[in-house]
Amino acid sequence: MTVPRDKSAAAAETLGGAPRRRRGRAAGRGAPLPLLVPALIGLAFLAVPLVALLVRAPWRSMPELLTSAEVWQALRLSLVCATLATAVCLVIGVPLAWLLARVEFPGRGFVRALVTLPLVLPPVVGGVALLMALGRNGIVGRSLDSWFGITLPFTTAGVVVAEAFVAMPFLVISVEGTLRAADPRYEEAAATLGASRFTAFRRVTLPLIAPGIAAGAVLAWARALGEFGATITFAGNFPGRTQTMPLAVYLALQSDPEAAIALSLVLLAVSVAVLAGLRDRWMATA
Amino acid sequence: MTDTHGTAHALRAISNEEGLDARLLVDRGTFRLDVSLRVAPGEVVALLGPNGAGKTTALRALAGLAPLDGGRLLLDGTALEDTPPESRPVGVVFQDYLLFPHLTALDNVAFGPRCQGASKAEARTRAAEWLDRLGLAEHAGSRPRRLSGGQAQRVALARALATRPRLLLLDEPLAALDARTRLEVRSQLRRHLAEFEAVAVLVTHDPLDAMVLADRLVVVEDGRVVQEGTPSDIARHPRTDYIARLVGLNLYRGEADGHTVRLGAGPGVTITETLTGPVFVAFPPSAVTLHRDRPHGSSARNLWHGEVAGLETHGDQIRADIGGELPLAADLTTVAAAELGLHPGAEVWATVKAAQTHAYPV
Repeated sequence: MTVPRDKSAAAAETLGGAPRRRRGRAAGRGAPLPLLVPALIGLAFLAVPLVALLVRAPWRSMPELLTSAEVWQALRLSLVCATLATAVCLVIGVPLAWLLARVEFPGRGFVRALVTLPLVLPPVVGGVALLMALGRNGIVGRSLDSWFGITLPFTTAGVVVAEAFVAMPFLVISVEGTLRAADPRYEEAAATLGASRFTAFRRVTLPLIAPGIAAGAVLAWARALGEFGATITFAGNFPGRTQTMPLAVYLALQSDPEAAIALSLVLLAVSVAVLAGLRDRWMATA
Repeated sequence: MTDTHGTAHALRAISNEEGLDARLLVDRGTFRLDVSLRVAPGEVVALLGPNGAGKTTALRALAGLAPLDGGRLLLDGTALEDTPPESRPVGVVFQDYLLFPHLTALDNVAFGPRCQGASKAEARTRAAEWLDRLGLAEHAGSRPRRLSGGQAQRVALARALATRPRLLLLDEPLAALDARTRLEVRSQLRRHLAEFEAVAVLVTHDPLDAMVLADRLVVVEDGRVVQEGTPSDIARHPRTDYIARLVGLNLYRGEADGHTVRLGAGPGVTITETLTGPVFVAFPPSAVTLHRDRPHGSSARNLWHGEVAGLETHGDQIRADIGGELPLAADLTTVAAAELGLHPGAEVWATVKAAQTHAYPV
């Protein structure tokens, strides 16, 4: 009984000190001005542009703008390419994450740094690097062209490659983190039941880390959907082939600002939907 | 160690063909494990020892989850040292069971048969049979987190048995259970282990678990086997302090000369056996009588002076830790303790009748 009494005594003291402040400011109890003002400016900085987008939106002509063939073409191309890029990331990114999390090898730290590099690399640089590697005269692209007749730059496949390049770190980091948190002894249990290492990965580890993979895939998809720099550098800006939504927005802004706003709103809606989908995972923890 | 090898030789005839014949050597720099195990089919052996003795390392080495640095591992005459865990005919019940949380109890048990090549339907039929045998039929569709500790333990056992292992390993099989469930699960597990026809090895630090579940105990301390034998044999003839404390005995080592055992430079213990040379002397704490004043006319042949170092309640008994010329543990009733006015630091005289001591050669 002594503990609760002590607690209420402490609470009473706090309450005793509170009224002075409470009279002045009801909501902001305890938030000092030097922190509160910049915080509110920060909030406005993030929110005002989005509000502006909504305020300036040409709501009346919206249906017309959004049903135009070009918008649909760009939107469809964006969704298809982002989804394909995410698929590419899953197929090669999940095993890479497993390698980083489960296998000790020399230079693992270096490899991990390499994997995260596209995260901080300016996307345009990524695009140029991709051209040097996979372009018609690139160190790999030359062989792809002469041996298989495959050309990636300035094609829809090129868009997928550029987006996957930029989005992959998001997936690998998310999956590797989940793998590190997952108990490796489940894999041992599977081994004692006769499962090979691959079977254990497929039937035990993969289902266990599925939430982490899903989260990583959504992040990668959102990043791929918004990709601009690497895409325009490596794949160009050809309507119907390589012109994704962000490219269309940028182009529209120079000729038809209203269309740019409408397209931006579509991307905003998609982003909000993604955030809502991830709400349980990230916003709940806050 | 000499005794260990003696027992091992006696068992060689039956274990050359069938069962487990292993010498596990694991070297981890500061820690070295060297444990020999011979277990016949149908026999249940418990590796008993304090935490950090190397029991779990031995178990992991048997399962193939930890590499051996030497020795041998023969199961039914087949060498398994270089066989990966997934190819060994070994089933493991892990301490916290490690049931796959995303699979139902049925699919957990069916996992092994599936990996061994059974079709999905076949594996599930086999799994259902195992669950039924362990009284879990109505929990087949439950996910592990919906199972009680005792149920999860049985699912883990069913999962290990469903692969039809020739060697069943159990790592602290009852440690994750609360006291009440433990009692019930212990007797169930004993029944299931008795039915198991191949080799069973369990690891535990709980002497009661070991004595109830196993036919034979192998006591491991500091990575080495210090004693092995039947539970009753070990309880009557403990060879180390650890075992003596486990089975609740006062144990001393000394030189016997007729009916007296001299304990180094310390006092002597009078015994009823006639022995010479190095011996162990043991007596239970209940055989000790405590007095505040030097007793006169006591028929007890052993009398030592000491002082109370600590008092501990065990049910309605009090165990007194006595320091002095012969450190010992004494059990007395709470009433007796109150009448004697025992408190830490109190001077006492301890008597033990020679007939209540038990001496045996080292």
